[in-house]
Amino acid sequence: MLGQLIVSGLAVGACYSLLALAMVIIYKTSDVLNFAQGEMAMISTYVAFTLMESHHVPFQWAVILTFLFAILLGASFEFVFLRQAKEPTVLGLIIITLGFEMILMGFAGWKWGPDQRSLDFPVSNIETYNLFGLVMSKINFWTIVISLVLMFILFLFFRYTKVGVAMRATQQNQLAARVMGIRTKWILSFTWAISSMVGAVAGMLIAALGVLDPTMMMDPLLKSFASAVLGGMTSLPGTAVGGAMLGIIENLFGGYVSLAFKSVVAFAVIVLMLCIKPSGLLAKHYVKKV
Amino acid sequence: MLKVKNIETLYGLIMAIRGVSLEVQEGQIAAILGANGAGKTTILKTIMGLLEDQPDKGTIEFLGKRIDGKDAEEIVHLGISYVPEGREVFPELSVDENLRMGAYTRRDKKGIKEDYDRVISHFPVLSERKNQWAGTLSGGEQQMLAIGRALMTRPKLLMMDEPSLGLSPILVKEIFGITKMINAEGTTILLVEQNAKMALKISSYAFVLENGRIVAANTPDILLQDEDVKEFYLGIRSEESVKGYQRWKKKKRWR
Ligand SMILES: Nc1ncnc2c1ncn2[C@@H]1O[C@H](COP(=O)(O)OP(=O)(O)OP(=O)(O)O)[C@@H](O)[C@H]1O
Ligand SMILES: [Mg+2]
Repeated sequence: MLGQLIVSGLAVGACYSLLALAMVIIYKTSDVLNFAQGEMAMISTYVAFTLMESHHVPFQWAVILTFLFAILLGASFEFVFLRQAKEPTVLGLIIITLGFEMILMGFAGWKWGPDQRSLDFPVSNIETYNLFGLVMSKINFWTIVISLVLMFILFLFFRYTKVGVAMRATQQNQLAARVMGIRTKWILSFTWAISSMVGAVAGMLIAALGVLDPTMMMDPLLKSFASAVLGGMTSLPGTAVGGAMLGIIENLFGGYVSLAFKSVVAFAVIVLMLCIKPSGLLAKHYVKKV
Repeated sequence: MLKVKNIETLYGLIMAIRGVSLEVQEGQIAAILGANGAGKTTILKTIMGLLEDQPDKGTIEFLGKRIDGKDAEEIVHLGISYVPEGREVFPELSVDENLRMGAYTRRDKKGIKEDYDRVISHFPVLSERKNQWAGTLSGGEQQMLAIGRALMTRPKLLMMDEPSLGLSPILVKEIFGITKMINAEGTTILLVEQNAKMALKISSYAFVLENGRIVAANTPDILLQDEDVKEFYLGIRSEESVKGYQRWKKKKRWR
């Protein structure tokens, strides 16, 4: 029982982590909290669903096309809405993302209706694997694997590629980045594109674990926000660990204490974290020299 | 090499640069001197294309090409590099990554390697701190990193904004020594300084800036003879009474 609760909690937690990473990537670059993150992922998931369901596109092609769609969605949202804001304040930009969230939500409701659907994932959520005496559903296993692989790719990207390092540089000092010849505006669009794509993966996994409907991301978005707070809003590893922890904690709480209050755990975690260590689980600090 | 003609730069409605012209010849170390708020940093930022829609008036030419109104990215590509005031390193990138960001616009692997080695030979301490976060370096080390990072763009013209700011006298000497060496290796330098004594020592031409205007421009030996420069920038007073205070209030000639 304990093992199963941990594994299924970890699978959900991995999705929180991905969605939270998507938020943090944007927050670090522009101080903007993207409240449309969940809905962008939801729309992308519907695109995958429509491609497979109505156009009979094979799964792997549907995924690739969905990635392209997500990239385009993220970059064009930044370009069309955020960049046009005159003398933007951070608060103003956040309100724009809220507006975008409502537009997307309304669009999904109009286009696909409120029915719950299931995303045709090539991995069964009934069949199980038996690993080291631990029984886990195949979908849980693959969710964890896919999330880990994607996080590892992100790590390599930010660590070793020129564009990845330039993105971190832009986050840390925009003036200096421009002086180095980095096109910071382009980097910003790129950030939104990557974030939206990571969000789309989270969306598809969440739909595969549960159901697909226009409100499916509301709860996960709150949880991933809590995960991001656990990571101090800035640390990528902290955010990843935070999401996994949150998934496990709430699942254990649901399993042993009270299923009804399962979702409240995320709020408790946010409050606790902000009281005890607002800088986040793994936040490192450097002292700025004058 | 660099020709600035009559530029005016505005911050909103405030005019910070009021018609500045200056010229830097290839191979020179040119200096811009001036008190706090004179507009030195603003001139460099205007040249670098960092201020949107500025200069409001006037032209800037580099190697015979108009560069006013161009983006910083393009200007870096043409061969101007800028060491910002206050170093502005990327605090949570390693020293190594900071230097590599300097070569962001370049594709020539071999040239980048050469320049990397050259920077390390100027500043050996950077190689010892290679994997350390730049934010954890001392002020002096950060200044060296900022200069090294600017050199990684392989500039034809290197603009340095108060490299001596907040450094100990020994370190200031070292930085100025290396500046001279970089110049001797073929990089033209435009130096902004409050430390007029040092700047006049290594430069071959200097401009004195006050309230957004150039009020004097000459070779250092002539500027050093200038009573006003002596008094206001070097702190040397020529007329003192026996009791040790000035007998009359000196007026700047140009006001
Ligand atoms: N972003 C800005 N907005 C408005 N005014 C500015 C801005 N930056 C500089 N100024 C003003 O422009 C003038 C020139 O500033 P600048 O930074 O160029 O001076 P400086 O000569 O570099 O001084 P310091 O030696 O202190 O660095 C100052 O009066 C300053 O207040
Ligand atoms: Mg200045």
